Amino acid sequence: MSLLDMIGPVMIGPSSSHTAGACRIGLAARQLLGHTPEKAHLGLHASFAKTGKGHGTHLALIAGLLGFEPHDPRLPQAFQEAEKAGLHFEFQDTDLGNVHPNTAQITLQGGQTSIEVMASSTGGGIIEVIEVDHFKVSFDGFSPTLLLKYQDAYGMISRVTGLIAIDEVNIASLTCTREKRGGTALMCIVLDSGLSDYAIRKIAHIPEISWIRMLPGFKRL
Amino acid sequence: MTLDDILKAPSPASQWVLDTDCEENGLSAEEVKQVMRSRIAEMRDSIERGLKTDARSITGMVGWNAKGLWDAPDALNAPLLKRVQAYAMAVNEENARMGRIVAAPTAGSAGTIPGALIGVADHLGLEDEALVMPLVLAAGIGKAISRQMYISGSAGGCQAEIGSSAAMAAAAVTELLGGTSRAAVHAAAMALMNTIGLVCDPVGGYVEVPCVSRNAFFAVHAVSSAQLALAQLESFIPPDEVITAMAQVGRMMPLQLKETAEGGLAQTPFAQGFLKDLEKSQK
Repeated sequence: MSLLDMIGPVMIGPSSSHTAGACRIGLAARQLLGHTPEKAHLGLHASFAKTGKGHGTHLALIAGLLGFEPHDPRLPQAFQEAEKAGLHFEFQDTDLGNVHPNTAQITLQGGQTSIEVMASSTGGGIIEVIEVDHFKVSFDGFSPTLLLKYQDAYGMISRVTGLIAIDEVNIASLTCTREKRGGTALMCIVLDSGLSDYAIRKIAHIPEISWIRMLPGFKRL
Repeated sequence: MTLDDILKAPSPASQWVLDTDCEENGLSAEEVKQVMRSRIAEMRDSIERGLKTDARSITGMVGWNAKGLWDAPDALNAPLLKRVQAYAMAVNEENARMGRIVAAPTAGSAGTIPGALIGVADHLGLEDEALVMPLVLAAGIGKAISRQMYISGSAGGCQAEIGSSAAMAAAAVTELLGGTSRAAVHAAAMALMNTIGLVCDPVGGYVEVPCVSRNAFFAVHAVSSAQLALAQLESFIPPDEVITAMAQVGRMMPLQLKETAEGGLAQTPFAQGFLKDLEKSQK
């Protein structure tokens, strides 16, 4: 939480939680896929489903998937922009259980890869990503965030954090979850600043790592 | 960051808020001030756009209020009142048209701070640079409230949403007019304590009615709080306990009164009839 979140974001109306937050959820999902998706399935929970229409929630989510920020003047025309960008999408009302009422579950496909992301919009344009490919996570997308999928093995955290230390970057939080011992695991590292391309390449070369994404952090303008 | 921390800070309170936040988030004071300057410019832009047009919102429920008031004769001969109300509505009507605004702290409450702060500054002929640190203080008050309560209507009712923006605006106006840290925090507390219980009941779930006029009323409410605090009046209840009380009421409030459009003004027969007609016309 920063002072800049309390007076901001600069955004296209009408709702910071339903519009700006929704846009950032789309943006986070896009960053996790790594590029503009070709196909998107968007499940809207509770308040997102109920009052999303009048708040431009659907437009804002698609705007985010296209890489637009909450203040982008193209946000109200996001559906037309999606057609131009070759993004096909479908919305569905869904019950995601005991999560924040403003939560979306987004499945993206494109370029031989896919991702599933669940995230909540908690007010004032602030979001929390709560699941990536069914692994529990918790990050807000404002700080640079490194995500890794890897084969569970001893020493993984030490190898990854060692390379981050060489870059002289501080770790704000680190969580790991795994399917089972020795199974696929996901590491989520929130950083105080971004990593060098060199460090990211070195981390990506660790043999157990099958997937890596460095999210740059949302701009606060 | 609690209200008590801000209250005890040397005056002006904004400097302590700025230093503390910069340490926490690793930004420099100048970076934060620069963003605040750009936010003031954005607020001004939305006020100007909103005062000029009477274009309707998505549903047609609002869109002409700010211009209507601005162009009308000043019936009370109270130019400050009219300016504060018109500025606040201008911002929220821009918001309802899917125009560009600054969420402060949310989009539904975006008009309160610019209405009160920029309205007072323009009334007194002050420069925008004078608003930068008061806006920092406003953000600090918002941070203190959000320690205990989400600041959205869907989480805590409108008391949490526009109550927060009014408290933030009250502190900012108090500091702008030379108030001490203590006065600014008590202004915030008085604004918040007199908002407790306010439900969030937007017609059809749209951020239009009562949101637009509510921003005008609460911008004035914030200015009133500042006036009381500058005259050394204080909240009888300690400021942080006012937040606790608001949060407690928010948790007790049924879901129907928290932005679901299932209670209050949203459920009046007129609102229901209007929405039915709207649905027909959209088909």
